[in-house]
Amino acid sequence: MGRIVLDSVTKSFGEIQVIPPLNLTIEDGEFTVFVGPSGCGKSTLLRMMAGLEDLTSGKIQIDGIDVTDVAPSKRGLAMVFQSYALYPHMTVSKNIGFPLRMEGMIQAEIDKKVYAAAKSLNLLDYLDRKPVALSGGQRQRVAIGRAIVRNPKAFLFDEPLSNLDAALRVGMRLEISEMHKRMQTSMIYVTHDQVEAMTMADKIVVLQGGIIEQVGSPLELYNQPVNLFVAGFIGSPKMNFLEGDEAFKYNAHTIGIRPEHIKVVSEGGDWHGKVGVAEHLGSDTFLHIHDTGLAKIITVRAPGEVNLKYGARISLSPYEEVIHKFDAQGHRIE
Amino acid sequence: MAIVAQTSKFSQISRPVLAWAIGFLFFFPIFWMVLTSFKTDADAVKPEYLFFFQPTLENYINMTSNYNYWRFAQNSAITAVVATLFNLAVGIPAAYAMAFNPSRSTKNILVWMLSTKMLPAAAVLYPMIFLAKGIGIFDTHALVITVVSLINLPIAIWMLFTYFKEIPREIIEAGRMDGVSTWSEIKEILVPLAWGGIASTALLIFIFCWNEAYWTVRLTTIDAATLSKLIEGNRAPEGLFFGRLSAVSTAAVGPIVVLGWFCQKQLVKGLTFGAVK
Repeated sequence: MGRIVLDSVTKSFGEIQVIPPLNLTIEDGEFTVFVGPSGCGKSTLLRMMAGLEDLTSGKIQIDGIDVTDVAPSKRGLAMVFQSYALYPHMTVSKNIGFPLRMEGMIQAEIDKKVYAAAKSLNLLDYLDRKPVALSGGQRQRVAIGRAIVRNPKAFLFDEPLSNLDAALRVGMRLEISEMHKRMQTSMIYVTHDQVEAMTMADKIVVLQGGIIEQVGSPLELYNQPVNLFVAGFIGSPKMNFLEGDEAFKYNAHTIGIRPEHIKVVSEGGDWHGKVGVAEHLGSDTFLHIHDTGLAKIITVRAPGEVNLKYGARISLSPYEEVIHKFDAQGHRIE
Repeated sequence: MAIVAQTSKFSQISRPVLAWAIGFLFFFPIFWMVLTSFKTDADAVKPEYLFFFQPTLENYINMTSNYNYWRFAQNSAITAVVATLFNLAVGIPAAYAMAFNPSRSTKNILVWMLSTKMLPAAAVLYPMIFLAKGIGIFDTHALVITVVSLINLPIAIWMLFTYFKEIPREIIEAGRMDGVSTWSEIKEILVPLAWGGIASTALLIFIFCWNEAYWTVRLTTIDAATLSKLIEGNRAPEGLFFGRLSAVSTAAVGPIVVLGWFCQKQLVKGLTFGAVK
């Protein structure tokens, strides 16, 4: 079990309120990702659930029990930190077994659980090493192992992949997703990387300034962003926003169109401009179009290899059915 | 092209020379003291016997047989050991609390503690003496240890606080998630991680307590008197007996010099407050 309910929780540091009253329910077994720019309060929120940060007001319930004033270790949650936070003076097996030892479990039982966790994380060869002798990825695995052995109601991940290099990050991302599918335990995962959010989450919570902008599945957020912030934050490259006459044509203050929803045509398109920088990814080409008279730059994602000269004049044709419309306050218009 | 720091011939030679000169400057008084301790009181004041003289153990024999050196040494050791343990016993939890559970007033408390070191000791000397005599603890270990402990406690807490601050907060938080009690947090995580800092602090406080003179001289007569008192007591009214005084001083600083010599590395770390990695 691992249903977590945040009931009008707030957090203030001195005079500054970083989390205004916030309500959220995380269902049992769900993989929930908190995503948002740095300073949006996502880590604070996670730390409040963990019990490492006090609530200024409000309540937190886990499986129906009020844990607002319960010590971190008594909440039945396990946390994986960005810096791994391993105990540098202990070996891998001591690190993984530490929470069990603190529970007062007998050594034979600890050894058994440590072995099982280490086996599932490919750490058996490193059990006697100290963290300093491990690579970043191995350290992260040890941190996960330390969380797994406790058999928690939910896992809390605080930007766990930020310190890893890009290749390793993709690998670990998969491993964590695999782990979730296998264990079916609630996971709450904080990241500023929307790709991580999109690829891993069952449910994404987009935060800005301590306020939940939108909660939904990755594709809901991609297809129906409720406001300009979510529209701009989810998706890579970023959605193009156009204002003025072009938006008025659609009875909107602002329209948004994703780079992948614009087609490059040789002639007869709706929009015209000059090719700026082209980024070649092999599978796709990102074209940055200038001088359209609509926005400073329009980004277009063209499939495959597209070879256009810098400064060449081209025409663009948007897929009208996927144009997002927003009012003057930035809210979505259906 | 690699960039190599260029040192001129001059600085290559002058630096070691300067270092040796300064080293010698600091070492000479101690060297002189040790030499003098092997001279008779009569020889000690004659410049022609500065380096060349008839060495004698008379002063040392005199010191141990007539002045009860071992008793003073024992008092010094008791005072320094107990005061150091007290400093650690109070300092570690205090610094831990301020480093990892700071409150609004933590900074002020730290500054206030340091400010007590700025108070001239003479200002509280007589109240202390009257108080000690009034409650009948003048010239006892309890008094000397209490005073010596308390005057060093701010330094101990500051040093430990500085070391504890270097421990990543997330490790402490991981421990809290893993269910450590306050006691096991200190025992299992804090002390092993800050071991170097704790050792440096203990060493420095031990030296300060051993060397403490102002209070030990004034708050004792005989029962709790430390080596500082022994040195002080050898300032005879009929003139200075340099040979005798040097022997007593050598025997008083000897243990601490030996201890410092063996723990040089740890000491440098302690004195630089962790600035040298």
